Amino acid sequence: MELALEVAGVSKIFPGDGSSAARTVLDHLTFHIKDGEFVTLLGPSGSGKTTLFHIIGGLEKPSSGDVRLYGRSTLGKRGEIAYMPQQASLMPWLTVARNIELALDIAGVDRKAARILSREWLERVGLAEVRDAYPHVLSGGMQQRVSFLRALLSPQPLMCLDEPFGALDALTRMQMQTWLLSLWEENRRSVLFVTHSIEEALLLSDRIIVLSASPATIIREIEVPFPRPRGEMIWSDPLFNAMKREIYELLRPEEPGSGGRKEGQAHGICQEPSPVG
Amino acid sequence: MASKIRRLWPPLAVLVIVLAGWQGAVVLLGINEYELPSPLVIGATAYEEAPRLFEHTKATLGITMLGFIIGSAAGFVLAALLHLIPGAKAGFYPLLVLTQNVPVMALGPLLVIWFGFGLMPKIILLTIVCFFPISVAMLTGLTKSDPKLLNYMSMIGASKSQLFWRLELPHAVPYLFSGLKIAASYSVISAIYAETIGGSEGLGVYMRLSMRGWQTANMFAAIAVVITLSLVLFGLIFVLERLFVRGTAGSKGE
Ligand SMILES: Nc1ncnc2c1ncn2[C@@H]1O[C@H](COP(=O)(O)OP(=O)(O)OP(=O)(O)O)[C@@H](O)[C@H]1O
Ligand SMILES: [Mg+2]
Repeated sequence: MELALEVAGVSKIFPGDGSSAARTVLDHLTFHIKDGEFVTLLGPSGSGKTTLFHIIGGLEKPSSGDVRLYGRSTLGKRGEIAYMPQQASLMPWLTVARNIELALDIAGVDRKAARILSREWLERVGLAEVRDAYPHVLSGGMQQRVSFLRALLSPQPLMCLDEPFGALDALTRMQMQTWLLSLWEENRRSVLFVTHSIEEALLLSDRIIVLSASPATIIREIEVPFPRPRGEMIWSDPLFNAMKREIYELLRPEEPGSGGRKEGQAHGICQEPSPVG
Repeated sequence: MASKIRRLWPPLAVLVIVLAGWQGAVVLLGINEYELPSPLVIGATAYEEAPRLFEHTKATLGITMLGFIIGSAAGFVLAALLHLIPGAKAGFYPLLVLTQNVPVMALGPLLVIWFGFGLMPKIILLTIVCFFPISVAMLTGLTKSDPKLLNYMSMIGASKSQLFWRLELPHAVPYLFSGLKIAASYSVISAIYAETIGGSEGLGVYMRLSMRGWQTANMFAAIAVVITLSLVLFGLIFVLERLFVRGTAGSKGE
């Protein structure tokens, strides 16, 4: 099967300036995403997940290693992925529909096609009545829906979602997870997803890549065996809880005094889907 | 809209009280008309002088608009160029600020020496006065785009020109309008000043002649016209802002 994304030995070292020492953020990361696969990066806050996204998106160059999309090296090339950022990032001066059209326009979609597509999909996901509203009147969950739609409709085959629900409250977050799950299961795009939440990762992904705290290395890759289509039922599956426990153990901060880790480094890992600053 | 009208009441009430007090003081204290005319006398004078005032106002409005439009366009283009050409801002911006320390009082006569008594020196003076607040406000707006939005736009592959047209420029529009408001109030005052340094028409000329003839009431009538003119210009920009600025971006700037 063709590989949607290959990250081959990617390291990133931020050179220190006068006041700070050089920092290794990513340490020889190697993984891949198969075409149509949903892969989640699970790692503590500050482990370099956003930095990795910036490298895949061409915003930054790695200190070493290569990034290939469908077999083609795309180092330093922008606009090759569909992207949903951590915060909704909608233009406040554009209506919801225009925001979606803007993203499609930049991705090279014909304007008329973009208009038809955004209209059709806003209707499909129940956002038709806010089509001509400005983003500030939307709730946080609605903004994230629009932001997700923007990525979903972008023509690039790989979608990169950077902690899309991190800023939402627990209830909205759960609704968004099942919403995304059903949309994705219809669609089966290749997805690279970032989260702090173990449950979210287990619910959504085909495969989970567990990252260590800074500098990020891959601790474990875990296949998620639950059949699709999935639903909230899997939360009561004993296997679900066993896997949750297992991943939690992997990420648990070492006992104080036993290792060189700084305090609070694994704070980003939540047991429950909880709002993150 | 109803709340707008409600907000207009307090200043209007104060204005009426001040005018009434003024009228009363002039009558009771028997103040000479050439020292301080009463509001009623000013009103009567304005009515008598209306045809002449109208002609002069037309002239002033002409150079104000022309100078304001040319100055705003120049300010806009300059800001865009300084923003888009790498290194240009670092080189030119400090000098731009320096130009604002040249007193307009000195500039006026110099421009007359260079360009004569026609329309030219007045328009140039107004242009110089107007372009600065606009280019400074625009530059701030262009460079202070939300880093979150900038990051998003770069990630999805926006080119430099797409960044400018789709992110930086729309973000700068509210700033542009706050610059336009400042420039508008400068431009009327500067037009009056420009008329006093040379030329034969305009409210500046009218005011100078009134002062020479100790026609204080005429002077006050002209002042009232100038204030009205500024308010109209200001209101016009306010309406344009309402039309152009949508979403939350409208609350930015002053
Ligand atoms: N341009 C930069 N220069 C220096 N250090 C940087 C730079 N960008 C990021 N870092 C550092 O790299 C580390 C990883 O940052 P990154 O934002 O990738 O973490 P993250 O895993 O996305 O965290 P979170 O889950 O909280 O979003 C941080 O400690 C940050 O200080
Ligand atoms: Mg991050």
